[in-house]
Amino acid sequence: MNKIAQQTITYRQAVRDAMREAMKKDERVFLMGEDVGRYGGCFNVSEGMLQEFGEDRIIDTPLSESGFTGCGIGAAVAGMRPIVEIMTVNFSLLAADQIINTAAVLKYMSGGQFNVPVVIRIATGGGKQLAAQHSRSLEGWYAHIPGLKILTPAMVEDAYGMLGPALEDPDPVLIFENTLLYNYESEFFSNGTTVDIDRAKIRREGSDVSIITYGIGVHKSLKAAEQLAKDGISAEIVDLRILRPLDNETIFSSVRKTSRAVVVDEGWHSGGISAEIAARITEDLFYDLDSPVERVCGAEVPAPYAKHLEQASLPQTEDIVKRVKKMGGIYG
Amino acid sequence: MGDFVMPSLGSQMIEAKLVQWHVKPGDKVKKGDIIGEIDTEKGLIDIEVFEDGTITELRAKEGETIPVGSVMAIIGGDKEHKAAAQQKEVPAEEKKIKKNGKQEVTVSAREKRPPVHRMKASPLARRVAEDLHVDLGKVKGSGPEGTIHKKDVEAYARETKGEETFKKEIEMAAHVSAATEAKAPKSMRQSIAAAMSRSNREIPHYYLETEIDMTAAMDRLEEINRKRAVNERILPPVLLIKAVANALTEVPELNGFWTDEVMHVEEGIHIGFAISLRQGGLVIPAVLNADMKSLDEIRTEFVDMIMRAREGHLKSREISSATITITSLGERGAEKVFGVIYPPQVALVGFGRISPKPIVVDGLIGIRPVLSATLAGDHRATDGHTGSRFLEKLNEQLQHPEKV
Repeated sequence: MNKIAQQTITYRQAVRDAMREAMKKDERVFLMGEDVGRYGGCFNVSEGMLQEFGEDRIIDTPLSESGFTGCGIGAAVAGMRPIVEIMTVNFSLLAADQIINTAAVLKYMSGGQFNVPVVIRIATGGGKQLAAQHSRSLEGWYAHIPGLKILTPAMVEDAYGMLGPALEDPDPVLIFENTLLYNYESEFFSNGTTVDIDRAKIRREGSDVSIITYGIGVHKSLKAAEQLAKDGISAEIVDLRILRPLDNETIFSSVRKTSRAVVVDEGWHSGGISAEIAARITEDLFYDLDSPVERVCGAEVPAPYAKHLEQASLPQTEDIVKRVKKMGGIYG
Repeated sequence: MGDFVMPSLGSQMIEAKLVQWHVKPGDKVKKGDIIGEIDTEKGLIDIEVFEDGTITELRAKEGETIPVGSVMAIIGGDKEHKAAAQQKEVPAEEKKIKKNGKQEVTVSAREKRPPVHRMKASPLARRVAEDLHVDLGKVKGSGPEGTIHKKDVEAYARETKGEETFKKEIEMAAHVSAATEAKAPKSMRQSIAAAMSRSNREIPHYYLETEIDMTAAMDRLEEINRKRAVNERILPPVLLIKAVANALTEVPELNGFWTDEVMHVEEGIHIGFAISLRQGGLVIPAVLNADMKSLDEIRTEFVDMIMRAREGHLKSREISSATITITSLGERGAEKVFGVIYPPQVALVGFGRISPKPIVVDGLIGIRPVLSATLAGDHRATDGHTGSRFLEKLNEQLQHPEKV
């Protein structure tokens, strides 16, 4: 293998490299959002990009999510390829009208005359003691909306490789980056490679139970799988990667093999993406199931501020392990 | 007081008809006494008590259909006696098959387990139990609240059937489930492709053909059908299924499976009948124990099976059990059909269209309804002589349809 082919980079660096590549390749691409320029991004993702690309392409916006998201959508309709950064999913609620009422439907309401090729990057997730207004995981909620494509990169390769195809997609794509993953490092070389944005991926093969998850849940589930392996239970980890449209085929073929499914999601159970996945499995694979579909999700409370309470409210590796072990009839 | 309930005689059984009581209220009964007779899918079955006592009440009426687990009679006994009886283990079912084919099954009067359809078992466990012909009522569940899971069914099957049979049945079930993904016509096409390729690759086929004069058979059907409503008439395929089943009782070598380089002759004669689906592809449900059923029973089952096959509601037991297959192209079909054996079966009987033809009868040429019957045989399992004998027996059956 090429000597420079492997190096360790962070998820943050991967997102930044992907944006830089895209901007170098296509002059229609620009980045706009709160603090993306001078401050280098709330999570340091766009650090140095203002210096590299200038004020015309790295645009600091006022604190007005509805306004600048709308600008991004308009620019996309007019032929640009904007990347709109919304600091966290909590603030995206202010832009929800633009995203849901405009971006998702314009193609349909214009009889196919206007595509909206906007990419909106949104930080998501809890666990950083930022309390109820700053700790939500609402990606599953956006996955409810026809007309949107919802990406949830868990790995560095996806954080890097998904942006290109997202920009090429003629329709609006939302990319949810879990804030706890920005510091996650792995061996990767940003060499312009892209990945698909259609299929879920098996991150670990197993035969006794399918753990279906995305984002930070993939990392917790991989750890859980290691612990379960010590007890002789072989867990398969399905990284959904894309929450809309869901890749039924990969989910179903995994569950058909293992006959057991656990859905892990930081979001809440009620009306969540976990509910949708569990329903699909029971609709299509009822006769293949050897025990009821289980869910390990965020506790149904606004995120607590106190560290121990917040940790207790989020699905943890131990919770996943416990839940899998209590599934009836599991081998091991 | 003890409740005598309708016993469960298999996971398929949900109810049975009480044919007659052999006792009346006030009669004293001893453990082992036959107290009545029920009519089930398995045939007439004698029911036996497993405790001493006195019949205090007969709740079920003769002729009544009673769900499994429902109280049929109350048996009174003294308390000590009852307590002792309750502590005893539930006796295992004893199954005897008499030579004339009538089954006599004795079952416990005090079946402690809940009836199967009320039992907690995972959907997969139920499916595996059907595939492996395991009575869920006998499996001990390892899950919460005694829920039965797949591994419990497998463990039970391994223990009771032995490793070899267990493996064979698993393999058969796999073929079947591959062949019956009725929901996805594309994958059905692929599984037919897989099964048929395997057949042509592995099975050295030999083919035999005979032409059968169907005059007697058609006359017989006409005679039966004259008195019947259109939807109750017996059509030729029903007679053919029965005739094949009867012929197989005389030439059992063609009834069974070739697995692990050995021929396994099966006792049960389950006639698979290829049904083509409108959306393409085909399924092969089986008439179970066709040799033991009357023409009317086969007719009812056959009609029901065709309906359900087209709707995609076949039971896995029906599609996993065939021991031989019939393919018949029907009234408008081709004159002859030389089929491909469905592995691991070892024979396939093909029927063409029944059409009038000139043939020689008693030294004269006459126009008779003629049926071409072919046999595709697995030359590893049998030789042409056996196949020929089978066709001869089949012909005999159809020349004497009143005996069929």
